[in-house]
Amino acid sequence: MNHLPQAWGRPRDDVYGAYDASYLQSNGPNQHTQSPIVTGTSVVALKFKDGVVIAADNLASYGSLARFTDVKRLRTFADTSVVGFGGDVSDMQYLDRLLNSLDTEEAYSTSGHTLNAKNLHTYLAKVFYKRRSDFNPLWNQVLVAGLDGEGKPFLASADLLGTTFSSPSLATGFGANLAQPLLRKVAPDEEAASKLSQEQALEAVKESMKVLFYRDARSLDKYSIAVVTKDGIDLKEDEKLEKQSWAFADQIRGYGTQVN
Amino acid sequence: MFRNNYDNDSVTFSPQGRIFQVEYASEAVKQGSVVVGIVSKTHAVLVALKRNAEELSSYQKKVIAIDEHLGLALAGLASDARVLSNFMKQQSLSSRLTYGRAIPLERLVSSIGDRAQTNTQHYGKRPYGVGLLVAGVDETGPHLFEFQPSGMTQEMVACAIGARSQMARTYLERNLEKFADAGREELVKHGLAALKESLAQDKELTVENCSVGVVGVRAEGAKAIEAFKLYDGMEVKQWVDLVAEGNETAEGGMEVDS
Repeated sequence: MNHLPQAWGRPRDDVYGAYDASYLQSNGPNQHTQSPIVTGTSVVALKFKDGVVIAADNLASYGSLARFTDVKRLRTFADTSVVGFGGDVSDMQYLDRLLNSLDTEEAYSTSGHTLNAKNLHTYLAKVFYKRRSDFNPLWNQVLVAGLDGEGKPFLASADLLGTTFSSPSLATGFGANLAQPLLRKVAPDEEAASKLSQEQALEAVKESMKVLFYRDARSLDKYSIAVVTKDGIDLKEDEKLEKQSWAFADQIRGYGTQVN
Repeated sequence: MFRNNYDNDSVTFSPQGRIFQVEYASEAVKQGSVVVGIVSKTHAVLVALKRNAEELSSYQKKVIAIDEHLGLALAGLASDARVLSNFMKQQSLSSRLTYGRAIPLERLVSSIGDRAQTNTQHYGKRPYGVGLLVAGVDETGPHLFEFQPSGMTQEMVACAIGARSQMARTYLERNLEKFADAGREELVKHGLAALKESLAQDKELTVENCSVGVVGVRAEGAKAIEAFKLYDGMEVKQWVDLVAEGNETAEGGMEVDS
């Protein structure tokens, strides 16, 4: 029996010889997150007259493998805001915990004060910028939807670099290329967005989710969609894409010369 | 023979469960010149009596602006108030930076309450020797808080601390029901009148020895605020004159009543 605790559980030197520590690299540069592993794709959002519609599909991809098909990428905050996450899922889960503790802290020490969507966005942007300044980014782009301090619809983006911007419609990842042009047709500017009805906004967002499913190889036809207004959040997490158009495919044959 | 063995430091309880060092710190607040705070539905005001060490010296600053939406008045050790007010400024700025939000008053006040409390709990530390009145406006409207060296904080409708503040408090208690609906000017007037009550016999309110701090909401229920402003010197002349004149009529009126 060896009485020295530091030797417990180790291969015995007298049997196996001294451990060759040269395999253990004890110095060298610190390595932080290099790249995302399990990822979520686009988040799509659009402002309307009295609120914001935001949607994201329920897929978490592992490279090109559609690994997890029931990952909810929209999370609510304090019943007043919705955050949509794109990018690395583990970092999304970290941010989710961070927001939970922020919510708890806020409820502990104040009465009658809440963080609105604008405050939440500022906070998240600071977290992202701090992390990228440490060369250890949180590999996400998020959209924050809700109402600002004046009760007006609020929608803004924050990403792994700490970059922020806002617009009547926003989309992350593939959505920036595919959904944004469609949403901008509906709401080219703030004024147009302030005239949109909830139905119009919902339809436009659902349409862009469909286009994304057609053309984004890392997307899914199951998605979550939330409507934020002053009355609260209406979050649906198990929506299916409807009325997809595939009938035309029957008519397509070959790549040019094939007739039948 | 009759030495008090329980007042050497703030970590010793007396057999009665008292902490004498904290009580001595409260005495320091009572040595400071008087400050008054009142809050209405739309405004919060701080009124302070400044003291000068001698004829040739300047008057000690009593009101400190913390942020756009709040300020404080102090009674007691001015250097302790500087420590606390610097901390409050940092907290307010940090809230604006990280959340883009004006810090809720309740939270700011309880954070200095916590700080003061820690000082009564650790060996080698001493309690702060200063009392504060914190007035400001946040999402939930105008507020006034009192802070004591023991770490106690309370929300108040009206409050006075410092030397001879009992007289000012009596005035405030008498006029309590007028405050809630009082306008900006009226509130300042009540503040100065309360201050006047607590003056020593040969003293008078002058533009040199008064400070007024005002903060408010622009209209009831509105988001826009009237930023905290400190009025000093000639800026308080309008109010000082008003109270100086108003005094004779007020006293006359009281005599008729009785």
